[in-house]
Amino acid sequence: MRQPYPFSAIVGQEDMKTAFLIAAVDPSVGGILAFGDRGTGKSTAVRALAALLPKIRAVDGCPYNCNPSSPAGLCQACHGRSGDKEPKSVLKAAPVVDLPLGATEDRVVGALNLERALAHGEKSFQTGLLAQANRGFLYIDEVNLLEDHLVDLLLDVAASGVNVVEREGLSVRHPAQFVLIGSGNPEEGELRPQLLDRFGLAIDVKTPLDVPTRIEVVKRRDSYERDPDAFLAHWSAAERKLSNRIVAARKALAEVVTPDSAIESATRLCLALGSDGLRGELTLIRAARALASLEKKPEIGVAQLRRVAPMALSHRLRRNPLDETGSTARVERAADEVFGG
Amino acid sequence: MTDPEATSTPWRRACLVADAFALAPAGCGVIVRGGPGPVRDAWLTRLRAALPPAAPFRRIPASIADDRLIGGLDIPATLKAQRPVAEKGLIAETDGGVLVIAMAERLPSGIAARIASALDAESVTIERDGLTLTTPASVGFVALDEGADDDEVPPAILIERSAYFVDLDPIAIREATTDPSDAVDCSAARARFAALREEPEAVAALVAAAAGLGIASLRAPLFALRAARAIAAIEGAGKIEDRHIALAAALALAHRATRLPAEGDDAAEEPPEPPPEDEPETDESKGPNDEPRQLEDVVLDAIVSAIPADLLARLKAGASARAKAATRGKAGDRLISTRRGRPVGTRPGLPREGRIALVATLRAAAPWQPLRRREHGGEPARVHVLPDDLRIVMHQERRGATTIFVVDASGSSAFHRLAEVKGAIELLLADCYVRRDSVALIAFRGKDAEIVLPATRSTAMARRRLAGLPGGGGTPLARGLDAAAALAVQVRRTGQTPFVVLMTDGQANVARDGQGGRAKALEDALDAGRRLFAAGVSSLAIDTSAPSRQRDSATTVSIADAMGADYLKLPVADSARVNEAVRRSAQRLRG
Repeated sequence: MRQPYPFSAIVGQEDMKTAFLIAAVDPSVGGILAFGDRGTGKSTAVRALAALLPKIRAVDGCPYNCNPSSPAGLCQACHGRSGDKEPKSVLKAAPVVDLPLGATEDRVVGALNLERALAHGEKSFQTGLLAQANRGFLYIDEVNLLEDHLVDLLLDVAASGVNVVEREGLSVRHPAQFVLIGSGNPEEGELRPQLLDRFGLAIDVKTPLDVPTRIEVVKRRDSYERDPDAFLAHWSAAERKLSNRIVAARKALAEVVTPDSAIESATRLCLALGSDGLRGELTLIRAARALASLEKKPEIGVAQLRRVAPMALSHRLRRNPLDETGSTARVERAADEVFGG
Repeated sequence: MTDPEATSTPWRRACLVADAFALAPAGCGVIVRGGPGPVRDAWLTRLRAALPPAAPFRRIPASIADDRLIGGLDIPATLKAQRPVAEKGLIAETDGGVLVIAMAERLPSGIAARIASALDAESVTIERDGLTLTTPASVGFVALDEGADDDEVPPAILIERSAYFVDLDPIAIREATTDPSDAVDCSAARARFAALREEPEAVAALVAAAAGLGIASLRAPLFALRAARAIAAIEGAGKIEDRHIALAAALALAHRATRLPAEGDDAAEEPPEPPPEDEPETDESKGPNDEPRQLEDVVLDAIVSAIPADLLARLKAGASARAKAATRGKAGDRLISTRRGRPVGTRPGLPREGRIALVATLRAAAPWQPLRRREHGGEPARVHVLPDDLRIVMHQERRGATTIFVVDASGSSAFHRLAEVKGAIELLLADCYVRRDSVALIAFRGKDAEIVLPATRSTAMARRRLAGLPGGGGTPLARGLDAAAALAVQVRRTGQTPFVVLMTDGQANVARDGQGGRAKALEDALDAGRRLFAAGVSSLAIDTSAPSRQRDSATTVSIADAMGADYLKLPVADSARVNEAVRRSAQRLRG
C-alpha cells in the first residue's frame, strides 16, 4: 500500500474537486456520483480526499465512531453507557471506507462474529463497512458493476442514516451516516434512473483535451510514481492549506446567510427544468451554501448557484427524446434564462 | 544492440515488448493477440525468462470464481483452527509477478474490474465472509486475446490498462522457435531502469503524439513513458534518447490510435478531416520551440509506420478503432437472471428465487456448526443449515438480438424502390445470419400491417417470404409501427433484444382507423413512432423516397425523430452502406 496522491496536485477536473470539497464541508448534500472517461483520476481524487478531511472526535473504542457531544445519533452501546458524564473520547481520522468489488453482504452490513462463534460458541455482532463509514465517506468504484441487491441496500442505509441488521439470529441497529461516493464508466452500463436521483451531486468527468494540461498531468503522475515521498513533501504545504480551508468553511457554514432571493432563483431554475420532487432545490441550496462558505462569502449569491447548478441538477432531468443536448448544457441554458444571461 | 536490429522483424519487436514489459510490469499489461501455438508459447517463455526468477507467473482461467481470484475464507483451515483463516486469491499470490489471463476476450467484466482495481491499488482488499484483509499485490498482466473478430475483444477496462500490444499472427513459427534473439541481461537492465530520469521533452512529445492519435486516456502517455525508459535501459543508454521515445510510442501508443495524425510522411493519404494539430509548444516552460517539434515528428512517423495495417485501413475508412469496438457493447443485452443462461456465481437467496447452490450453501453454513450445535443440540453428524446460509445460483443470459424489418410495400413505395429495398434487406439478412440474430418481417400496405414472418432464425425463410412480397395500395404507416412495437414487446418477453428497421418513403396516407387522409395519417404515424421510442426499442429508419422529393424526406425525418431512430436516406443506392449503418446502429443497441 502506498500513500495516496495529494488532492491539491490533481490537475484540472475543477468540477470533481469542487463537488468533493462541498461534500467535505456539508455532508448533508448527499452522495456524489462521478461518471466519466477512464484514466481521469476519479479514484485518485477520492483516496486523496481522505488525507484532507479534518479529524473527528469519537467515543473511545466505539466501532461506530460515535460523536460524544451529540447524544442523538449514538449507537446502542454508547447510549446505554453515557449516563450523565461524557464518555472518554479520542481524535481519529475521518473514515473514508473503500467498498471493494466482490464484497459480500455480511461484510457490508455486519454479521455474526465468526471467530467468537468458532472459538467460544457465542453470538456477537461483528460490525461491517457501514459501521466503519459512519461520519465519513463510503466509496464504491465501478458502482455500476456492484450487484443490485447491495446497491439497493447501500442507498437505503445512506438515505436513512441507520443500519438495521436482522440476520443469523442477531438484531442490531446502529447509526450509519456517510457520504456515498460512486464512480464508474457509463460504457460498463448505465445506472438505473431511480438510483441516479439518490445521489446529491453528479459530475461528468472528462479527459482534459489541451496538450499543456495533459503534459502537466503526466509529469506530476510520473514524478509521484517515481518518488512518492519527495512528491508528497513538495505538496504538503498546499495540502495543509486546503485542509484548513475545509475546517474554516465548516465552522462558517452555519453563518452563511441564505437570502430568499436565492431560494426563489433555485426554485425557478428547478421549475424551468421540470425536475421531479424537491430534492433538487434542497441540494442546490445546500451545495451553494457550502461553496459560499468555502469561498468565504457571507451569503449565497448567483455565482455559487450557477456554479453548482449543473452538478446538483443534471442527473435529475427527464430525458427529452427530441432534445439531443446533454443534460449539463440544458441546466446551463436554463440557468442563463433564470439568472439573466 | 542497435535500434533497427531490435525491431527488424515482428518477432524481434514482440521480444522487445516482452523484455520492456518485464522490467516494470506492475500496474500495466500486454495484450497478446493470436491463437494458442508454438509462437505464443515461445513469447511467454521469453517473457518468463526476462522476469526475475522468483517472480510468480500465474495463469487465470476466464471462469475463475471470486474466492480464488481475490481470496476468501479457507473453510477447512478455519474449521480446523477454530478461528477464521483467510485464503489468498490468485492476484495476491502473484504479488511481484505477472498474471496471465487466458481467453481474455471472454473475461467477464466483473473479473476484469477486480483485476483492474488490484493493478491500480497495487494491493487486493477483500471484505468477504466475515474477513477484512488487504494484501499487497504489485502485479502486471498478460491478456491472451484469441478473439476471432472485432466483436470479441478483451474488456475495455483491461485494454485501458494495457501498455503494449503484440500481434503474434504474422510471426512465422520457424522464426519464433529457432531464432534465440539476443538475450538481454535483465537484472542489469532493471538496475539501469531504476536510475533513468525522465526527460521533459519525452513527456511533451509522447503526450502530443497521444493527442494527435486521438487517444483520450492519460494512462497511455504514462505507459509510453515507462516504455521509453525501459527501452533505453535495455539498450544500455545513459539517458532517454529520441529514438527510444519513437520506438516506445510505436510499441505503446500505436495500437490505441483512434485516428491518424495530421502529419506524417503519408500526407497524400490523409483522412478527409485532419484533426486540428495542437500547438503545445507555445508554453515557455516547455523549452526551446524547434527541438521538441522535430522530436514529435519523429515520434509520429514511428507510430504511423507501426500502426497495424488493418487498423490503418479502418481508420481511413472512418470506422472506429478496434479498442473502441469493445466499448460499444455486443448485439444482445446481458442479463443476470436466476433461471437461465451460464452460471456466474452464487448469491444469498431462497430456493424459490432460483436453483439452490449446494456447495456454496454448505460452505456458508460450515463455520457456524460448533455454535449451532451448542445452541440447538442434536447429533454431531448432522449439519445445521439456517435460511441465512442458503445460496442460489446466478446465471448470465446472453440475450440474442432480433431485427424486425418493417417494410413499406405501398404503391408509392413499391413502384420506385421495392426492389432496392428487397436487395438491402437481403444483405442485412446475410449479416443477421452471421451474427446468429433472429429476424422478423412486417409489411404494411393497403389498410393494414401484416406480420409476414414471425421472429425466426431461418434467414432462408425470410428471403423466400420477402421475394413473394406483393406491393401496391395505401400507406398505413401507423399500423406498421404499432405492429412493430407489439412484436418488439413480445420479442423482449422471450429474452431477446429487439431492433426495428423501418423502410418507408414517409408518405403515410392511411390512419390507424383505416380511413384515408394525409394529415391524420401522419399524426398517427408520429404517435406510433413515439410509442415505439417510449417502449425503449432501438431503431433505424431508412428513407426510400425518390431523391428528387425533398418534402417527402422531411416527413420521414420527423418520423425517425419521433422514434428516436437513426436516419439513413436510401438513394445512396449502395446496399453495402445500408448494411454498415444497420450494423453500427445494432451495435449501439442499449447494451
